[in-house]
Amino acid sequence: MDRKFDTKVQYLKYQVLREVVRLAYKDRLLEEASTIPKRIVPGKVPTMRCCVFKERAILQERVRMASGGTSANPNIIEVIDIACDECPVGGFEVTNACRGCIAHRCEQACRKGAITFDQHQKAHIDKNKCVECGMCAKVCPYNAIMNFRRPCEQACMIKAISMNEDKVALIDESKCVRCGACVYMCPFGAIVDKSYILNVIDILRKAEKDPEVHVYAVVAPSISGQFSYAKLGQVIAGIMKCGFFQVVEAALGADMVAYKESAELVEKGFLLSSCCPAFVDFVHKEFPTMVQHISHNLSPQATIAQYIKKTDPKCKIVFIGPCTAKKMEVQLEEVKPYVDAAMTFEELQALFDGLDIDITTLPEEPLDNASYYGRIFARSGGLTDAVREGIKEHGLEFDFKPIACNGLAECRKALLLASRGKLPNNFIEGMACLGGCIGGAGCLTHGDKIASNIDKYGKEALEQTISGAVSQYLSKDYPVKENTEIPPSGAPFVPHAPTPEASSSPAAPSAQPVPTPPAAAPAPPAAASAPAPEPKAQPAP
Amino acid sequence: MLEVAVCIGSSCHLKGSRLVVEGLQNLIAEHKLGDKIKLCGRFCMGNCQHGVCVAVQGTVHSVKPSELESFFANEIATRV
Repeated sequence: MDRKFDTKVQYLKYQVLREVVRLAYKDRLLEEASTIPKRIVPGKVPTMRCCVFKERAILQERVRMASGGTSANPNIIEVIDIACDECPVGGFEVTNACRGCIAHRCEQACRKGAITFDQHQKAHIDKNKCVECGMCAKVCPYNAIMNFRRPCEQACMIKAISMNEDKVALIDESKCVRCGACVYMCPFGAIVDKSYILNVIDILRKAEKDPEVHVYAVVAPSISGQFSYAKLGQVIAGIMKCGFFQVVEAALGADMVAYKESAELVEKGFLLSSCCPAFVDFVHKEFPTMVQHISHNLSPQATIAQYIKKTDPKCKIVFIGPCTAKKMEVQLEEVKPYVDAAMTFEELQALFDGLDIDITTLPEEPLDNASYYGRIFARSGGLTDAVREGIKEHGLEFDFKPIACNGLAECRKALLLASRGKLPNNFIEGMACLGGCIGGAGCLTHGDKIASNIDKYGKEALEQTISGAVSQYLSKDYPVKENTEIPPSGAPFVPHAPTPEASSSPAAPSAQPVPTPPAAAPAPPAAASAPAPEPKAQPAP
Repeated sequence: MLEVAVCIGSSCHLKGSRLVVEGLQNLIAEHKLGDKIKLCGRFCMGNCQHGVCVAVQGTVHSVKPSELESFFANEIATRV
């Protein structure tokens, strides 16, 4: 099977998910979950670990993660302790490539005096003095000093991973923003994002019995670079074959966000983007004084879900994307009413195969809701391009000085400067993953070509302007230009709702993107001051 | 209040639902029917082959953007 995964760890996770899907549809999961490990590792010869028994024990844990994980642990990222290989944690070490030279550049570079030499002139690092700065490694002409950091720790840009007394990886809950970088990087697959695929299956099966309940899939634009063995239209057809009623682009939500966020930026003068849930969480945890500057818009997926729920109040909405942090975002109080579950592309592949859907044989279904700008949100810099376009399309005068932060390390740098008033920019695009969403941990593949794929996909959109895409739900003469008021989504072209309660629906988004951050600076509640959604269509005043 | 729902799902969008939405907004404004017609959106009415789907009080019509004016006169204006 030529499934396209980057690593065998992903493939293993996928196999487990696929078996869980199969059993769930047969209503045999409870009884037969314990048989999954032996199905995946049937023989007597170990292929991954010291023995088949350990392999199966770990697989049993993977089955648990595929079925929702430990409910007592609120983090959607979890460490499977028996799978953690307890990698060496030496940090910077001198390898036997050290030639015992006489220049001793390493000694000169070390500011802590941690380097000594033995009788053969070979260097040694005193771990009591070393601060892991890496200067010695940089200057060694033989590259003899190497950094033996754990891949998980190295991947975690916010230093949320350490090790416990048994040398097993430990996630600091107060720091972790659920970006999933460690999940993707751990070579042993010991850190896993919990799967809520059983919730998705439950939603789909209940809807099957009740024709009044439609299940919508909201797909992230990064889908265009995934499932490279089939056409995008076939992927969409596959999603519908799983039982989804309709597939809608999260990118239309991105258009809506860009439209509103550009006006919000001009009004406030300084803004942090609110699209990436890991970035928003990061600001809350590390820079609480900057929370007030986060855009009051919900993320694209929540924005479009909010709109779909208004058009079809009985519906269920599942987000499908590259993101592990979205699994956390959908649990937030202000998102919960709109998005019922979140799953990754990895899990979608498992759902297809668990249901024996071969998408390469399906006729293509269309997917076209968003504009070029909504679609390029998937790559770093796309959101910035969209906000620039939004300002232009609103006809606003504004000296736009954006900074697109690619990955959490760049986000930290910009936020640090901004918190001290030293950032020369007035808009921070924060993307936790390298490359933007296309670098997300839930992607099947992460390649160099993916970013250009996104631009190509963007250009294929029918709508090439943001206002073109949002005009379907916003009247073009809505007075955004005059007073730069942020229009409530859906007004005045109100979405379908059966009763007059459309305007009093639980739609007003909360100002705080995270429910109860005690340290968070109090921000004025935008929802209270925002105008109530107009209940009917009216000619322009 | 007459409810007019336009499908803005992918299929209908490709067939010109945006033009239908904008056209209806203009026609409603032109005829000053803003307080009598509630224009709303939906994603899919299950009749994708015959888009753009427009539901007037629950009855689904297929409307070509070029035929919007006669559709408005026959199916909408007569009902308010």
